Amino acid sequence: MKNRWEIAIGILGFLMLAVAHYIGLFVSPAEAMMGDVGRILYAHVPTAWVGLLTYLVAFIAAIGALLSGKAAWDALVEASVEVGLLLNAVLLIQGSLWAKPTWGVFWTWDPRLTTTAIMVVAFGVVLALRRQIDDPQRRLTISSVATIVAFVNVPIVYMSVKWWRTLHQNFSSPETVDPMMVIPLRLAAFGMLFISTAFVVRRWRIAMAGLRVDFEAPDLPAAPTPLKVED
Amino acid sequence: MKTLLNVLHKDMLIEWAARSRTVALLSFAYTILLLFAFAIGPDAGALRLHAGAYMWLGLLLTSTLLLERSMRIEVEAGALSKLLLIPIDPAGLFYGKAIANTLQLLLVGAFSVPLIFVICDATLTENIGWLGLTLILGSAGLAAPGTLYAAMTARLSGSQLLLPLMLFPLVVPVIVAAVKATSLVMLGDPMDQIGAWLTLLACFNLIYWSLCGILFGRVIEA
Repeated sequence: MKNRWEIAIGILGFLMLAVAHYIGLFVSPAEAMMGDVGRILYAHVPTAWVGLLTYLVAFIAAIGALLSGKAAWDALVEASVEVGLLLNAVLLIQGSLWAKPTWGVFWTWDPRLTTTAIMVVAFGVVLALRRQIDDPQRRLTISSVATIVAFVNVPIVYMSVKWWRTLHQNFSSPETVDPMMVIPLRLAAFGMLFISTAFVVRRWRIAMAGLRVDFEAPDLPAAPTPLKVED
Repeated sequence: MKTLLNVLHKDMLIEWAARSRTVALLSFAYTILLLFAFAIGPDAGALRLHAGAYMWLGLLLTSTLLLERSMRIEVEAGALSKLLLIPIDPAGLFYGKAIANTLQLLLVGAFSVPLIFVICDATLTENIGWLGLTLILGSAGLAAPGTLYAAMTARLSGSQLLLPLMLFPLVVPVIVAAVKATSLVMLGDPMDQIGAWLTLLACFNLIYWSLCGILFGRVIEA
């Protein structure tokens, strides 16, 4: 179990998340307009932050992979896109759960929602592409290009749909909310960050192991089975 | 630049030699527009209101066939590997192919416009020049990422599925802006909004025509 610091960080993250949600659910005051429904903030906002951060890691890794051609970057693309996609999907589910009691619908036509939904497809396709290509070098190039293009697109989509009316909450600043709301939010955000870091590092190790197999041990054709010849 | 013109000339020659395929493509676009009209039913008001949306969705669906084919002809007989052996400048190859695709999309768009006016009973409230500009910028916006993605998926087994899967989320801004601009031209633009939507289209084009030009070389060499 040497060099497995990500397990420690992951456990720490889960503990922080548990404490944050305990404070968020039982200690913090309810949100003025939404009441208890607003408490999903402590889960939803950290997921969104860390999800975007993970995609940013994927973008940087894709540039690194394209420039250096190294397997370590390629594995990081795979790891961070996968974890980012997971957070992205969780984000959509949390948002829908919150939207039903607040807006009366699970889904609505909103810039923030549209952008998030499009991110799922755009980055999901990167993973689909990776499964389609057997040659490691081609897989590195093609999936890096797809990641870069998908990442560049996100702000453009956001901008283009923003010009439609928006329902989603805008940013609020720590000064305008109760301190007992800031503490669990910050705690949950770092907890989420630690858990995601643990996931990405773990997934990176698995991807590296997979790539090592690809690079070192090419598949040999199955040996022909000799027919039994009876005298 | 010379590469660009040569590739463009080559692609146009191929399309001209295979005119029947172009006709089939136009028929496909027509059929889609008719299907939208059938699906909505004989509600003239709704058809008129959404005419721009039908036109761009028709163009988007046709574009996947067109883009996939434009790259398939390169890969099929190993033409691409031979082009790279010449050697050819990948950026020139990209811009040549992307411009060829833009021109073909423009052709489809130019054929769709009269049909839209007939079947959706659309009217022209603003200057038709705006519609032309929207068509040019919209087609270019579909063609640039489309050409890159077609090159990425050309040699994969599921290319016909992967290309639209990758392209559609990417071109959301193009569709949003082009539909808005087209609708404004047809229904009237009292608030002077066309300029803003066309600027968005122009920005998208600027970003993707440069980004895809840079990345294309890596993709085809892989």
